[in-house]
Amino acid sequence: MRETVAKVKTTPEQILSLSEEDRSAAIERGELPIVLAHEVHKWYGNFHVLRGINMEVYKGEVIVIFGPSGSGKSTFIRTINRLEEHQKGHIIVDGTELSRDVRNIEKIRMETGMVFQQFNLFPHLTVMQNITLAPIHVRKWPKEKAEEVAMQLLKRVGIPEQADKYPGQLSGGQQQRVAIARALAMQPKIMLFDEPTSALDPEMIKEVLDVMIELAESGMTMLVVTHEMGFARAVANRMYFFDQGQIVESGTPEEIFSDPKEDRTKLFLSQILH
Amino acid sequence: MMNREPKQYSSGEVLAPPTERYTILGWLHKNLFSTWYYTLLTLVTLYILYAILKPSLIWIFTQAQWEVVVANLRLFMVGQYPKDQIFRIWLALDLLAFTVGLAWALFLPKERRVGAVLVIIPLLLASLPFISSYSRINWILFAAIGVAGWALGRWQPKKMRRPLIVLMLGYFPILILLISGFEPILKLVKTNYWGGLLLTMLLAVVGITLSFPLGILLALGRQSELPIVKTFSILYIEMVRGVPLVTILFMAQLMLPLFLPPGMKIDNVLRAMAGMVLFAAAYMAENVRGGLQAIPKGQHEAAWALGLNGFQTMFYIILPQALRNVIPVIVGQFIALFKDTSLVAIVGLLDLLGIASTVLAQPEFIGRQREVYLFIALIYWVFSYAMSYASRRLEVALGVGER
Repeated sequence: MRETVAKVKTTPEQILSLSEEDRSAAIERGELPIVLAHEVHKWYGNFHVLRGINMEVYKGEVIVIFGPSGSGKSTFIRTINRLEEHQKGHIIVDGTELSRDVRNIEKIRMETGMVFQQFNLFPHLTVMQNITLAPIHVRKWPKEKAEEVAMQLLKRVGIPEQADKYPGQLSGGQQQRVAIARALAMQPKIMLFDEPTSALDPEMIKEVLDVMIELAESGMTMLVVTHEMGFARAVANRMYFFDQGQIVESGTPEEIFSDPKEDRTKLFLSQILH
Repeated sequence: MMNREPKQYSSGEVLAPPTERYTILGWLHKNLFSTWYYTLLTLVTLYILYAILKPSLIWIFTQAQWEVVVANLRLFMVGQYPKDQIFRIWLALDLLAFTVGLAWALFLPKERRVGAVLVIIPLLLASLPFISSYSRINWILFAAIGVAGWALGRWQPKKMRRPLIVLMLGYFPILILLISGFEPILKLVKTNYWGGLLLTMLLAVVGITLSFPLGILLALGRQSELPIVKTFSILYIEMVRGVPLVTILFMAQLMLPLFLPPGMKIDNVLRAMAGMVLFAAAYMAENVRGGLQAIPKGQHEAAWALGLNGFQTMFYIILPQALRNVIPVIVGQFIALFKDTSLVAIVGLLDLLGIASTVLAQPEFIGRQREVYLFIALIYWVFSYAMSYASRRLEVALGVGER
C-alpha cells in the first residue's frame, strides 16, 4: 500500500556531503532532487503555519500543491525562494541550502522564477522593460541580447505585439503571461507558481493555463499552487494535499482523483470538483 | 397620442456619443444663472471683484510711482554684484537656455510650451520699455541661443545625447563657478555682493537640488533595518521638523561659530544655504516616506524573486514609483522652499526681500512700500506659478494616476 503522508528518501546530508560539481551532476541525472524540503517548520508569532513539510522534486517534474485556504501551501512555496523565512528544517534548492547567507539566497533566486497571484508587474515600466530588467542588471546581459530573448518569450506566450505597452493597458490574462515571460527571461531551472489563475476572470484562465501546460511539456521543473484540477490531471507528476500546515496526502493525479485515501482529501476534492 | 416604435440597433452599429454644444448665452445660463441662488452668488462675486479690482487697477496705472522699481531694477535683480561682472550672470543664463533648448529637442519634442518659455518670454522681457539696452540685447541673445540649442538637438539627436547629460549634471557647478569666479581667469566675487533675485534663486536652487537627494536618503534611513541608521534618521527628522526655519537660520549665523575652531570662518551665504538644505531635507524625507509606504509589498517581492538585490530593487522599482506618486507634494515643498528663502533677510542677507528694505531706505523713495512689495510679490508669484504649472505638466507626462 502506498504511503499517504509524504516521506522523503533523500536526507540533506546526502546532498551537502557531495562536492558542488557532484551535486549538480547528480541533480542533472535525476539521482538527487533539485528541490528538497526536509522537516520544514514556520511560525507566524505563535501560529504554527508549516508543521514539518517534507518534499522532494526532481528535475523536470511538475508538482501541484492544493488545499484549503490557510493551509500553508502559499507560505510553503514562498519559502523556496526565501520570500518567507523557515525557522526549522532544511530547504535545498539546486544543491544550495537556504540559510541566512545572502549569497545563497541571491544564488537561489537567480535559479528560481516566480509567478504571483496578483501578477506584480512593475507598472512604471513597459512590458519589454519588465522582462529585460533582471537579465540586464542581474545576469549582466547586454541590452540587445536581453531584448532579443524577451521578444522570443513574448512570442512564446503569444503577445509579441504588446511589447511597448504598459502593464495597466493589458488584460489580466495578458499581464499574467507577461509575468511568466518575465520570470522565464532569467532562464531559471525551477518555476514557482503561487495561484497564478486565482485573480483572473474565467475567460482568461485558459490562455494562462495553456502557456503553463506548454512550459510543463517543454521539461521545466514546476511547483504550482493551484485549484485548477484540469491542469493537474493534464501535466502533474505528483500532487500534494496541504491542510493545517501539513501534507495530508500525496500521489499521482490518477491516485488522488480516483482513489483518495484520506477523508479530508475526499471532502476537499468533493467541494472543489462539484 | 403618438406611439413610437423603439428603434432597433443591430449589433454592428456604433453610435457616436452625443455632443453638447453651447451658445455663449446658453453657457452663461447653465453655469452662472441657472437657479436664483446661483444668480445671487454670481452677482455678489462680481460685485466683490469689482470692489477690489477697480481701486487696485486705478492705483496701479495712475497713482503708483514705479520709478522706484525702474531706478533700482539692477539692485532687485542682482544686488551689489559688480556691474562690470554682470556678463557672467548672462553667460550662466545663456548656458541654461542652450541646455533647455537641447533638452527640449531631445526629450520633449512635442511639448510646444517649452518654446514659449525659451523664446516668447525673453522676447517679451526684451521689449519692456524701461530696461537697459544691454539687458535688451542679452534677452534677445538668450532666446537665440535657446533656439540654437534646439536646432542643434533636432539636427544631431543621437550625437547630442551625451553632451546634454554632461551639461545637465555639470550645469550646477559651472553656475556656481561663474557666479563666484575663479582666479586668475574670473575675478572672485564675494558672496556678500550676491543679492536680489540672483541670491534668492541661488538659495532656492541649492536648497532644492541638495535637499532632494538628502531627503531620499533620510527616508530610506528611516525605513532601514539597521537600528543606528534608523534611530539617527528619526531623531534628525523629528528634531528639525520641530523647529522653525528662522530659528535654524539664526543658529547657523550665531551658534555655528561657537563650534568651529578659532580662525575658521564660514561664509554667511553658505551658512544660510546649509540651514535651508538641512531644514528642507527633513520635510522631503517625510514626503518621500509617504510615497515609499504606498508601494505594495508585491512590488518588492517580485523584484527580489527576480534576483534583484536590495539596492537594485529600491533604485529601479520602488523609488521611481514612489517619487512619481508624490510629485505634487514634492513640488509644493519646492515652492514653499523658494518662498522661505525670503527668511534669510532676517539674518541680514540681501535677497529679494532684503534688497527691498534697502531700496526703501533710499531717501528719494521713502514711502514707496506698496510699489516695491507689489513688485517683488509679482516676482515670487511668477516663479511659484511656473513651478506649479511645470509639475502639472510633468504629472500628465508621467501619467500619474493613470497607470
